[in-house]
Amino acid sequence: MESTIHATQAIVTLDVPIPEIIWGWMITLNMWAKSIGTGVILVGAFLLYRHKKDEMPNLRWIMPLLAFVFLNIFLLFTLTDLHQPYRMIHIFTHPHWTSAITVGAWMASLFLLLITIMLIIGIGEAFPGVPFKGCKLTAWGRKNGGLYDKIFPFVVFLAIPVTLYTAIIMAESSARELWQAPAEVMQMMWAAFMAGSAALILVSGNWSREARRDLAMVLAIATFFSFMMYMGEYFFSFKSAEAEATLEYVHAGGPYNIEFWFGMVLGFIIPFFIAVANMKSDNKTLLRFAAILALVGLYMAKDVWLKIPQMLPLS
Amino acid sequence: MKLGFLVDLNLCMGCKGCEIACKVENEVPLSSWRLRVKYIDIGTFPDASRSFTPLRCNHCESAPCERICPVSALHYLENGIVNVDSERCIGCAGCMMACPYGAIYMDPETNTADKCTYCAHRIESGMMPACVVICPVEANIFGDIEDDSSHISQYIMEHQGDVQVRKPEKNTHPTHFYVGGGNQTLNPLAHQRLEGYNLFNKITHLDHIGDPNHGVIDRFLAPFTHHEEHDNSSMMDWAESGNQTHEEGGH
Repeated sequence: MESTIHATQAIVTLDVPIPEIIWGWMITLNMWAKSIGTGVILVGAFLLYRHKKDEMPNLRWIMPLLAFVFLNIFLLFTLTDLHQPYRMIHIFTHPHWTSAITVGAWMASLFLLLITIMLIIGIGEAFPGVPFKGCKLTAWGRKNGGLYDKIFPFVVFLAIPVTLYTAIIMAESSARELWQAPAEVMQMMWAAFMAGSAALILVSGNWSREARRDLAMVLAIATFFSFMMYMGEYFFSFKSAEAEATLEYVHAGGPYNIEFWFGMVLGFIIPFFIAVANMKSDNKTLLRFAAILALVGLYMAKDVWLKIPQMLPLS
Repeated sequence: MKLGFLVDLNLCMGCKGCEIACKVENEVPLSSWRLRVKYIDIGTFPDASRSFTPLRCNHCESAPCERICPVSALHYLENGIVNVDSERCIGCAGCMMACPYGAIYMDPETNTADKCTYCAHRIESGMMPACVVICPVEANIFGDIEDDSSHISQYIMEHQGDVQVRKPEKNTHPTHFYVGGGNQTLNPLAHQRLEGYNLFNKITHLDHIGDPNHGVIDRFLAPFTHHEEHDNSSMMDWAESGNQTHEEGGH
């Protein structure tokens, strides 16, 4: 056995067990849900800029509904991942402003509040009898339809930092070298465009062909650039010895390698080609299939990128 | 005043007295360590040597854990110690992700982050940290690094050129120094963790963070239900069930 070890090699012969995955699937789900929650707003704003409202008749209520549902999933798993969930209130009573977790929690809460107002107005206008006749909340929404258009620009503006702050948390996680790159900020943005367009594709059945073509275009662009960035980091990592050692968990084969490449093929390569093809010929079923694949693949890619830096011994 | 720590690795003989003293003084639960001594074997027989490296919180002047903590549970004391307020901690584990030295753990009894505080409670009473008192060879040196006449400052001056910190490239400015260390002892990427080479086989990764008996639902129900208090004996029961560790998946 000695002959297999280089004479200058150092081997740990006694140590304590080290922690493995600290932030697990709940944080992956958290990031994935947030990408959808903010992405539908960003992509929805793009569509409203490009097309008339009549071309997307349900967008006014379904956009805040999707954002509301997925932001609540995001916040639920943020809370659930805490070892002391009831102390979440400390973020608001004892905020520490150098922490991106604090800033993000405040921004996400404000964002959700505004989304909720938009949802009440949108549902109130589209479904007068929901949730029951005489509901004061939706009646208030119907009366204040103008408020929707007033707060929407702020919501779009706020969606950007809410999308990006997780990258800042990762940058503050200075023990994990793989996350210490400006590329992470762009990856978060592309993930939001990807997830937002995919989610809206699933509800775009009665939209105009042009609106759906724009959704396919956003999906194609987002998957392309996100894939290229992953490939750049995968093949041409130039950051540090720690980042290289982290990527070994993918390069060397094993479950993370399989998950990563499944994610890349399912979530990025296949949806890209389907989306490009759909810009020419409108095939709703195929485009929905691409959207589902993109959402699944995005989860897998995020999961790998979240977990592998945590495998590396720090001391 | 800025308190600092220095370990002379030339003197350390790996007795683990400091590890035990720390455990006892701070009632650190099983499966958790504020201070640990790592054994590293370098070379092959007959040109082999064994080094011992005590590892604890570095109490960085620019501490990433303090910066990322959303509620200031990790905070600076006036003497430079990075302290933990377990009553305020929300258990987000952000500090565990930020600390480049892996010095923070999730206490399985309180489900809050914890770490070495240089025995801040003892310092307050004019005593030395427990690990310093117990060391039979005085390899642990503790004191005010801003006071030129202190033992630690004198020691640093006497050993100029041989004083190192861990991961200086992280710019955390640790106040914990080593004398007689090398790349192979202080850089975790310079040594391997291979199954079959451990004195204790299959000591690899913990597959839980915090209380292993405290699932997601329990976290929410805890204030409303009678939650059996966990102590070392309950942790031992759980460890004996064979769930504590799994084999190394390293490379």
